[in-house]
Amino acid sequence: MKPAPFDYVRPDSLAEACELLAGDDDARVIAGGQTLVPMLAMRLARPARLIDILRLPELAGIREEKGSVVVGATTRQAQAERDPIIRASVPMLARVLPWVGHPPTRNRGTVGGSIANGDPSAEIPLVAVTLSAEIMLAARTGPTSMPAEEFFIGPMVTSIDQGQCVRAIRFPVWPHRRIGVGFFEVSSRRSDFAFVAAAAQVALDEEGRCLDIALGLGGVADRPLRLDMSSLAGTVVDAASAADAINAACADLDAMSDLHASATYRRRVAGVLCLRALEQARDNAAAKPAKGAR
Amino acid sequence: MSADPATFRFVSTNRRVREDRRFVAGHGHYVADVALEGMLHVAVLPSQHPAARIDSIDASAALAMPGVHYVLTGDELAAATDPLMNGLDTPLVKRHPLAVGQTRYAGEWVVAVVADSRALAEDAAEKVVVDYEPLPFVMHAEEALQPDSPPVHAAHGSNVLLDRTFVWGEVEKHFAESPRHLSFRVTWGRSSTVPIETFGVVASWDPWRDMLDVWASIQMPKYPDQIARALRIPANNVRVHQDVDVGGSYGVKRGIKQTVLVAHLARRLGRPVRLIEDRLDNMGGGDAHGPDRIFDVDLAFNDDGIVKSMKIRALDNAGAYAGRAPFQLGKPIGAIVGPYRMESVQYRAQSVTSNKAVQEAVRGFGQSPTNYAIETGIDKVAAATGLDRVEVRRRNFIRKEQFPYLIPSGSTYDSGDYHTVVDKVLAHIDFAAMERERDRLRGSGLLAGIGIAACLEPSGANSSFEPLLNEKNTTTTWMDSCRIVVDGLGFVTITIHNTSSGQGHETLVSTVVGEVLQIDPDLIRVVRPDSLACLPSNSPVGSRMAIMLGGAAFHAAQKLRTKLARIGAHQFGVGEDGVVYASGGVGVPGGKQLGWAELVNIAHRNYHLLPEGMEPGLETTHVMQVPTGGTLPKDGRVQMYPCHSFEFHVVLIAIDPAIGKPEIRRYVIGHDCGTVITPHIVKGMTLGGIAHGLGAALLEEFVYNDEGQLITQGFMDYLLPSAHEVPAVEIVHHCTPSPFTVFGQKGSGESGYLGAPAAISGAINDSVASLGISFNKLPIRISAIGDAIAAAQPAKSKE
Amino acid sequence: MKVDLRINGVSRTADIEPRKTLLDVLRENFLLNGTHAGCEHGVCGACTVLIDGEPVRSCLMFAVQADGYEITTIEGLAPAPGELSVIQDAFCETHGLQCGYCTPGMILSAHALLQRNVTPTREDIVEAISGNICRCTGYGQIIEAVQFAARLRLANTPRQAAQTDKSVAEAK
Repeated sequence: MKPAPFDYVRPDSLAEACELLAGDDDARVIAGGQTLVPMLAMRLARPARLIDILRLPELAGIREEKGSVVVGATTRQAQAERDPIIRASVPMLARVLPWVGHPPTRNRGTVGGSIANGDPSAEIPLVAVTLSAEIMLAARTGPTSMPAEEFFIGPMVTSIDQGQCVRAIRFPVWPHRRIGVGFFEVSSRRSDFAFVAAAAQVALDEEGRCLDIALGLGGVADRPLRLDMSSLAGTVVDAASAADAINAACADLDAMSDLHASATYRRRVAGVLCLRALEQARDNAAAKPAKGAR
Repeated sequence: MSADPATFRFVSTNRRVREDRRFVAGHGHYVADVALEGMLHVAVLPSQHPAARIDSIDASAALAMPGVHYVLTGDELAAATDPLMNGLDTPLVKRHPLAVGQTRYAGEWVVAVVADSRALAEDAAEKVVVDYEPLPFVMHAEEALQPDSPPVHAAHGSNVLLDRTFVWGEVEKHFAESPRHLSFRVTWGRSSTVPIETFGVVASWDPWRDMLDVWASIQMPKYPDQIARALRIPANNVRVHQDVDVGGSYGVKRGIKQTVLVAHLARRLGRPVRLIEDRLDNMGGGDAHGPDRIFDVDLAFNDDGIVKSMKIRALDNAGAYAGRAPFQLGKPIGAIVGPYRMESVQYRAQSVTSNKAVQEAVRGFGQSPTNYAIETGIDKVAAATGLDRVEVRRRNFIRKEQFPYLIPSGSTYDSGDYHTVVDKVLAHIDFAAMERERDRLRGSGLLAGIGIAACLEPSGANSSFEPLLNEKNTTTTWMDSCRIVVDGLGFVTITIHNTSSGQGHETLVSTVVGEVLQIDPDLIRVVRPDSLACLPSNSPVGSRMAIMLGGAAFHAAQKLRTKLARIGAHQFGVGEDGVVYASGGVGVPGGKQLGWAELVNIAHRNYHLLPEGMEPGLETTHVMQVPTGGTLPKDGRVQMYPCHSFEFHVVLIAIDPAIGKPEIRRYVIGHDCGTVITPHIVKGMTLGGIAHGLGAALLEEFVYNDEGQLITQGFMDYLLPSAHEVPAVEIVHHCTPSPFTVFGQKGSGESGYLGAPAAISGAINDSVASLGISFNKLPIRISAIGDAIAAAQPAKSKE
Repeated sequence: MKVDLRINGVSRTADIEPRKTLLDVLRENFLLNGTHAGCEHGVCGACTVLIDGEPVRSCLMFAVQADGYEITTIEGLAPAPGELSVIQDAFCETHGLQCGYCTPGMILSAHALLQRNVTPTREDIVEAISGNICRCTGYGQIIEAVQFAARLRLANTPRQAAQTDKSVAEAK
């Protein structure tokens, strides 16, 4: 299980990396390599050149920026897991990170790498889609970006062009005071890819009405999905109303089937975990003090 | 026998395992660490087809690549070597290391490429062009059994390797007499032991000495003989280095095909050659899969839950070649009634070829699947009679006073006290409290259940199943051996004559010899000579080493002790009976004493002081035959292994009905393997066996799709339990010594694994019984549980 | 391609193909055979090494990517030839291994845990070793080894404040 030969290039700047990528159909970006290297080892991927972006200063770091948190593409998953800004402002990301692979792969795997890989059951893309994050891209032609929902288009297929690389992910920070997150997933073993993963974020007003709500589903369809929960906005979410909204959103769900879980299973458990995630998010939000309290 | 447990100095004490020291430092010596000057590397090219005629092989592009030395085809290898041995008398099921003429499973090795590095060999393998003509194939055992199924080996005429029905006792009469019957089917999915180290072998040929040196990660009896036979060279031209640490085996590391391949290349090329399987080689074509078995069971019993007779049919999917797979249907005959007093049994053992990879021996050699079938049956008897599952087992257990106990299939169980083990386990658990906890979980909206399994671990392996299933095989000898040498300065060195894959044999023999000689085991050196310097031995299979290697070490030490006593007695002018051996010295009670150093000095330097006729020096050997072994089968009956350890599992599982994921809340095992020589080792094997059994029950399977392709080719899909999945396990000990062994020890190398799948399956089925459903196929996947629960409660799932 | 590596505190240089993993370079170029190949696709953890103190799969990293880091292999853990570190000794005490093949990676993962968490819970230990598959032990005696090592390390830490005394007492 040895990779086919390739050239290895480690550019000093993002511009140089983009230059190297542009027009080179046989080049591939490597950062943490935690999903790419196994594919290389099994010769399922065989690029002629690897462009290593891991140490590019432009892609590093986590920063707060006008209502959002921008996570540099090469941020290690383990680093993000421990980061105080992410914990405070993108709690959903902090919540799911312990479910990404296992500790040694999180030490090396990057947030941007997981996005670029586009696995339909991966947790980080799920958060990006659920929170309507913006995938920020770099290319020789200049920086661009696109909504996460448009970025993921199929199993391990994204709309990234050859010549582009993920620069950062901009996660919106909700302005509300009472925010709660919920997350559940089912997998064979703790570290395996999820058959079904559901992530929810809810913001409540002082009376417990829903100010904003986001619900995402991973592992079920060929890409992570953001489910339309707009009917719950402004209401007090209870189990019945949440279930109705989820059932409506999941009505036409096209579920994958494989050795480990049937499509029937995924479709059914999707509803279960969505409801649980939503209720957990709501309860976590409700546990936060309302404005003026105390 | 001669040792009194109350006086043990080292046996049964919590001493460290001496092998551990080198391993924790990263200084084990595994086959992949063997690097020889000029060594070349092999990569193999697997078949893409489950069955295909090989029309042509074009290796020219590969051979033209720099650094590529050779491309070996099946035709060349088959012309130069004999086919690999079959266990059964099936001469037309020919097996070679590389496919000859046609491929018989997807993943089968077709050509071997030799290059300066493994990476280059892989590059070149991609350039080999094989023209295939796809052929019809068969994947499922029941289809393979049909006369019109495509034969995997046309020359053999059918896919049936073995179809033998044994009737032990008056089965039909007992069925007719019994007021109640039940029938069921269970299926054991194809899983295996899957060690973290794959199989690897390095071979080097010296044409000036006519010597083939082999380093390999093996656990294979008669390994040098089989290599020599296949290569058509004298067996004393094969030197296997047994000081190679083996990175786990649990049965599968047999490696004859890999070794013949690599040894042929080493001789052909005049360079050392190595093949270290990568994970894809190992899982797809390493021929290390395990039992893949359907059981149809009929039980005859009464209203009291007493099982009088059993009919059991086991249909095993051996894969593309026979190998030793059919024998895994034979070994369970030695404990075919489990711990129960069934009066008669009918056993139909069927083995068929299919277009899947080949099986190897898996921990227990067919016993764990059989136990799963029997224990599922006992649970069903309890359900049918409305009796408690533990109570039904108690009523059917062989009682302590009935040992030695002859079972219908011809084996005598040595000893046991099953009722006491069960009592101790239930008391440890507070079983009533566990039942309340189960009911509390049920009350909270979960499904919850308790699984019970009682089973035996036959141990001290011989190979009685071979002559039983193959009349041409008359092997009744299954020795193991030990040599002890005391050097001129009085230091002790023990030689043992096989490889080790984590069982702690060095600790075992030093403990035993230290015990007998009453000297510090930590000062004893243990070495493994190469195979040419070995005494006749087998290998660590069938839970035999505590009994057989421990036994050989014990007897060799006794001989040494006797020699020392004779030397001492001679100095004192008294008879042997007139002296006492103590702590390395010999003395007349209340009189003169000679210490270890003086005795050693006499033995090594004072021939004039030795008793007449005594050989100088201090060296003893013992070659030990398996206790109770030594007779050929008669009328389909044979004494299988000598000793029978007992284990009793109780597991509490909870399942969220909306998800279907079984969560183990508590796991307790009662374990009786007689006298425990090294507690750390026995504990580790038991815990490891349970983890392995958990894998077989819930996670692990080699799955082929309808196109005949293996879809679990790596560790992303063949799921090994991690620390997250394996629960904390509580072990309750009991000791019923075996009358057949030197310290009363029995085997433990398969413990835990033999009952865990049955217990876990039982717990899941207890959890879902209220829904009127059950699971009868392993592994039981989360998705299957979830879907079945949902189907059983359609109204609820819509909520 | 030339690469400079810092392995167990020593600077080493190798001239290698870019496609060669750190695992293969450690073993083949530097004869550090304690790092083992198990699956070569990042699941089993037998190849675990420490990169700047954190456990990482050496099969999922090319050696050409490994310059500038402190790489620690199992050979770097023993304080002197023949002398075991606390965690290694603890594995011997509880027999937290059998065949020894997963052991170097397991011990490095456990070592990294104890470096950042002096009083790990059972759950912390399970999580820390969850990326290292052991096929022999069922993990029980491995977890015991890490718990034992944590106790030993605490007991051997010079006590400077009442706070430390308290945590020692709690750990016991």
